[in-house]
Amino acid sequence: MVIRQSGGPRESSGTLVAMRGYFLSRLGQTALVVFLSLTVVFFLVRLSGDPVLLFLPMDIQAKDINETRQRLGFNDPLAVQYTRFVANAARGDFGESLRYRRDALRLVLERLPATLELGATALLLTFVAAIPIGVLSATRRGTLLDYLGMGAAVLGQAIPGFWLGLMLIYFFSVRLHWLPTGGMDGPANFVMPCIVLASFYAARIARLTRSSVLDTLNEEFVLTARAKGLAEWIVIGKHTLKNSAIPIVTLAGLETGQLLGGAVITETIFAWPGLGRLTVQALLNRDFPVVLAAVFVISVTYTLINLVVDLLYGWLDPRTRREAAA
Amino acid sequence: MSAAFFRRNVLGFLGLALAALAVIAAVGAPVLSPHDPVKGDFSQGLKPPGTPGHLLGTDQLGRDTLSRVLYGARVALFIGICTVLLTALVGGLLGLLAGFFGGWPGNALMRLCDVQLSFPFILLALTINAIVGLGLRNIIVSLAAAGWVVYARVVRGEVLSVKQRDYVQAAAALGTGRPRILFRHVLPNVAPSIIIVASLQFSQFIVAEAAISFLGFGVQPPTPAWGSMLSESRDFLYVAWWLAAFPGAALALTALGVNLVGDWLRDILDPKFRV
Repeated sequence: MVIRQSGGPRESSGTLVAMRGYFLSRLGQTALVVFLSLTVVFFLVRLSGDPVLLFLPMDIQAKDINETRQRLGFNDPLAVQYTRFVANAARGDFGESLRYRRDALRLVLERLPATLELGATALLLTFVAAIPIGVLSATRRGTLLDYLGMGAAVLGQAIPGFWLGLMLIYFFSVRLHWLPTGGMDGPANFVMPCIVLASFYAARIARLTRSSVLDTLNEEFVLTARAKGLAEWIVIGKHTLKNSAIPIVTLAGLETGQLLGGAVITETIFAWPGLGRLTVQALLNRDFPVVLAAVFVISVTYTLINLVVDLLYGWLDPRTRREAAA
Repeated sequence: MSAAFFRRNVLGFLGLALAALAVIAAVGAPVLSPHDPVKGDFSQGLKPPGTPGHLLGTDQLGRDTLSRVLYGARVALFIGICTVLLTALVGGLLGLLAGFFGGWPGNALMRLCDVQLSFPFILLALTINAIVGLGLRNIIVSLAAAGWVVYARVVRGEVLSVKQRDYVQAAAALGTGRPRILFRHVLPNVAPSIIIVASLQFSQFIVAEAAISFLGFGVQPPTPAWGSMLSESRDFLYVAWWLAAFPGAALALTALGVNLVGDWLRDILDPKFRV
């Protein structure tokens, strides 16, 4: 990668324009992704059998089926149905939840904060646990600490979250009565879901931090910093860690989106009133307006997270900032 | 085999041992199982591990946990192998074609991958599975439909770089036909990355299948799948810990074994280390 010479104020205004263009193209991409995801799910739902039967509870009467089919517009050609769906979805109208008899999108959005709260706490736990483990394993390479840290990481990657969740419930709720088994009533409720949600990501990030820090420790600027006689914690904390951050942030960005997937399982185990549990229940109940609204909210959230991650790069590594602008 | 070689690859050997254990359990389930995995005996319900005749205890219907865990290895490995083969074939072939011929179909394919990757894998597989239906075949189809993009991406990238190498250019200059170049010169050089991705995906698929079955989709009871066993065990967590502990441990150890083998393969096959 070429480091360009920094220009005067003129270049910075050019950067601003380029940034705006970048931002707009990213927003366009997001819209496209969301639109295509919804289209795919729409057709999958429609093509997978009689949609009316999917949309209705099992114990329905025959005349009700026909009436509902007419009411929901399933007698129209597929193209008409699709156009109507797109037109409504563009206005944020995904129809009414069949189970809760309420606006599907509002229902989904009401559950979003609980998921974001859990996800953010788990993400915090991930970084607080994984980065020190990764850095210590790298700087104390080959010691017992390194083996313990990386052993835990390899195990963390292999242990499925839902099994870890069950085992934690067994030990801390059933046997020790220390923690509640589920719900969202107070800080104690956060402990186990966060550990479960964070375990897999923390493991991967710890391993990546270790290898990234090991790579950076070989760079000349680290040698220079040490030669200047800087304290070791400054060499590691400032010179090494910030320069090791790019791959870590990349992975964290990809994984943060996957946290939404992990939340589906974690929320189900711990009866967490979030988006993931709602989605699973909607799928089980064949409540497809809610499924479509959830797909919408999840793909928007996911792409927004990735956008934030991309913007973080610019802050971490000015080289990518100039390159994107050029 | 020298001691140093063994020490350097100790994790790889551990992985191989764990994976071999899973294969032995899967292949040998009919011989190794002390009982029928689906036939219950109500008089023997919820016996703890160590009960004579039931080494790992029994579940609420009196079915032998050990037998079910052993048969569960069959289900898990069968699904894992089928899904990996299917995704490697479909994703690998599409990636190969997209990278080799390029053009707008290749670009369109990559955009499709982008869209699919902008949705969490497990949620995608779960949604597809909930829509196409339950059962063994459909869970394989769902996982493959959600997982093929990784191959397409990786293989396309590799092909783009291999295509520029001298031996490929030389073969083309000698008048070798395009299919021959593709399958004789490009494919063998892309194969290591396909193998690496496959080994890394394998455990992901097994765990994802278990997670989906755990949530009530995928493989249904009474088929002895680890995920559905864990799902059933939730109702008995207060009285029978072994119903949750053993299928989950089997799943974790299998995933660990496959992961370690995957890491090992990557170290051996990765061009960076091959020099």
